[in-house]
Amino acid sequence: MDLKNNIPSGPLEQKWDRHRAELKLVNPANKRKFNVIVVGTGLAGASAAATLAELGYNVQAFTYHDSPRRAHSIAAQGGINAAKNYQNDGDSVWRLFYDTIKGGDFRAREANVYRLAQVSVNIIDQCVAQGVPFAREYGGYLANRSFGGAQVSRTFYARGQTGQQLLIGAYQALERQVGLGKVRMHTKKEMMDLVVVNGRARGIVTRDLTTGKIETHAADAVLLCTGGYGNVFYLSTNAKACNVTAAFRAHKRGALFGNPCYTQIHPTCIPVSGDYQSKLTLMSESLRNDGRIWVPKKRGDNRAPDQIPEDERDYYLERKYPSFGNLSPRDIASRAAKEACDDGRGVGPGGLGVYLDFADAIKRLGRKTIEDRYGNLFEMYERITGEDPYSVPMRIYPAVHYTMGGLWVDYDLMSNLPGLFVLGEANFSDHGANRLGASALMQGLADGYFVIPYTLGGYLAKGGLDTVYTDAPEFREAAAAAEQKVHTLLNINGKRTPASFHRELGKIMWDYCGMARNEAGLKTALKKIPELREEFWKNLTVPGSGEALNQTLEHATRVADFMEFAELMCVDALHRNESCGGHFREEYQDEGEAKRNDDDYTYVAAWEYTGDTAKPVLHKENLVFENVQLATRSYK
Amino acid sequence: MRLRLHIWRQAGPDAQGMLKTYDLDNVSEHMSFLEMLDVLNEQLMEKGEEPVAFDHDCREGICGTCGMVINGRPHGPLARTTACQLHMRTFKDGDEIYIEPWRATAFPVVRDLVVDRSSFDRIIQKGGFISVNTGNAQDGNAIPISKTDADRAMDAAACIGCGACVAACPNASAMLFTAAKIGHLASLPQGQAERFSRATNMVLQMDAEGFGSCTNHYECEAACPKGISAEWIAAMNRDFAKAAITSRD
Repeated sequence: MDLKNNIPSGPLEQKWDRHRAELKLVNPANKRKFNVIVVGTGLAGASAAATLAELGYNVQAFTYHDSPRRAHSIAAQGGINAAKNYQNDGDSVWRLFYDTIKGGDFRAREANVYRLAQVSVNIIDQCVAQGVPFAREYGGYLANRSFGGAQVSRTFYARGQTGQQLLIGAYQALERQVGLGKVRMHTKKEMMDLVVVNGRARGIVTRDLTTGKIETHAADAVLLCTGGYGNVFYLSTNAKACNVTAAFRAHKRGALFGNPCYTQIHPTCIPVSGDYQSKLTLMSESLRNDGRIWVPKKRGDNRAPDQIPEDERDYYLERKYPSFGNLSPRDIASRAAKEACDDGRGVGPGGLGVYLDFADAIKRLGRKTIEDRYGNLFEMYERITGEDPYSVPMRIYPAVHYTMGGLWVDYDLMSNLPGLFVLGEANFSDHGANRLGASALMQGLADGYFVIPYTLGGYLAKGGLDTVYTDAPEFREAAAAAEQKVHTLLNINGKRTPASFHRELGKIMWDYCGMARNEAGLKTALKKIPELREEFWKNLTVPGSGEALNQTLEHATRVADFMEFAELMCVDALHRNESCGGHFREEYQDEGEAKRNDDDYTYVAAWEYTGDTAKPVLHKENLVFENVQLATRSYK
Repeated sequence: MRLRLHIWRQAGPDAQGMLKTYDLDNVSEHMSFLEMLDVLNEQLMEKGEEPVAFDHDCREGICGTCGMVINGRPHGPLARTTACQLHMRTFKDGDEIYIEPWRATAFPVVRDLVVDRSSFDRIIQKGGFISVNTGNAQDGNAIPISKTDADRAMDAAACIGCGACVAACPNASAMLFTAAKIGHLASLPQGQAERFSRATNMVLQMDAEGFGSCTNHYECEAACPKGISAEWIAAMNRDFAKAAITSRD
């Protein structure tokens, strides 16, 4: 297979402009003749569906939620980056581009990242126009805060609810188009499969979660905006329903999966409290602006934090990375926390926690300022833990948060399957091996508002699309397979619940393919996963029927795909004999820092499904750096 | 701790519902309320019984998916807290807990504790937006907005669309939800062009969906997990009345 990334020629700064000028256009009167399916209504999906409908396309949007506004983009707290340079502190499109490439440990495409930095400024303007209530200074101008991995202040925010406000903005734009009849919204419908006709993506199979009805939908193009797969670990900061099914089904239909092993572990989450734990809660990275992270210097020191004198505390991030300190990138901060805890200096129950302390900031700025900045986060922390972070330092621990890997796409965000576009977290494209804070919102909206409206038109204008109908054999075959999957899951009549299997799978992944990985561990995981999968298909219990709302069945269909996908992740992690960003292989390190191998691994690993999840075929897209020098990341 | 739970069970929209009683042992005070229900559901499934259906997703109090009436109060006894953020340390050993779905004509029960809230989306479709196509926008700093106005807009925009306000209201009114969106956009300069048509159209849709009217009980404000003030309802009424008098449509 020849992987064409279709990056336009010419200087980096001109690629996107030139490409837009060269892309073919669809005549305004013809746009309504094209049907587009958008799966997922988070930032990427809602913004894409709304914008394409504004342009005149016929859009059908799908979500498994009861409303598009529930998508998990809503939970992003801290902010969204943009190279506005409103602070006059040296920011520029180039600097945002460079920070993102470097933050991603030089494993992302230059051209994509540069485009992302370019359109970042338009996103802020668009959101302001929609009425997103970004924080303002007293003079009425937009306020910024700092975020990890950057030395300029370029993050725009709406209290601690930036994701919510941006999603509501996109949701409102989407509902406007629903009201105008330009988008047909399908709620409570989950994508079960992708339909490929004559080598092109031409539709999807869905299951109505309320009635159980399996339905097929045909279109000229399919956009997957279905988020990440962090829930393969069971415990993550993702919402409970987040899953890999849509992306993995597309993979099984021929779409390549890029860099599945790149997962981000977020350093500031509330630690696990018991084995009933159903999910982990993130505390925004913005807290690291004012909070100081520390552990006791002595192992097993179980004095209360206020009883530990200053000189017996190890502010390890400030010590190891003096120039970035508590604002070191996420992968580095996470590993440093793990290191401290592995060394026996962790705090709280089980020793799996470190302190995030606001005492200094409260002394310096006053409680009122801290309340203004982080009040809602402090409240959330207190509700969950029962402790008051104004008087006792927060306890935090890293948790799975985001997945940089995803379906492989070219510069136009199209996968190797023509007509299948992948946006937002579901694609692999912009964050390399590690994503910087406040960049996920930026990418989701960049893809939906400002990239896909151009590149989709370019694809459709090329023509060659015959009309397809849902009675075509490809649709009937895919629908029958979905029916069969549901039928099988309901009739195993075993003993264990989907949650029990999911938890066990998650534990395998966390232990062997989590924050640190090694060859022996990954091989163990590759042995354990198929065994667990076999038990899943023999010993699962799903009470109830397939003809009504059945949340256990929904969970089972998702866990079934995680069971296969987990193997692909481990295969990828095992093959990448280097450490980079969120992928830390213990064998490859330099005094605890990730050691890349640029000679052998400066490529995107794009995996092809072969029918056996343990034996995918590797395709390499070499990453070419023409504008930046590959350097060892240093935040010291 | 040991709890006795009385939970509304209803097999489908047209089925007869009833409260069923379950005893649950070894509940940890650190569990969230939904984790407590997870544990119950796992036990039910192991016995071959159907678990209790309830809506939930982010479990961080922001998506607005979860919602149930706990001992007569939407989202339970803790102020400004969604059901997913309610933790069992709020309860004590031996407590009896009654758990029911939102009850409102405009929120029909789908199953057990799950209700259909699509009426909220249809209210938004009638005007809960600013009509700006992608690409039209000028520079974000071209419209200075005082911090006070931005903060006020944010206070209203914090609504998570969970429906607790409707469940709490004796009239099952959606005034707080509708007013929060109208208030958010009316607080900003960008929202002025459509301000009065928005108020009219959204309020009419709210009525058409079968929500009741406000008779000033303020139960909505008390139940709102985001603490949205009932003052927004007064502001909405003002815009609605003004629109009726001044409309040129």
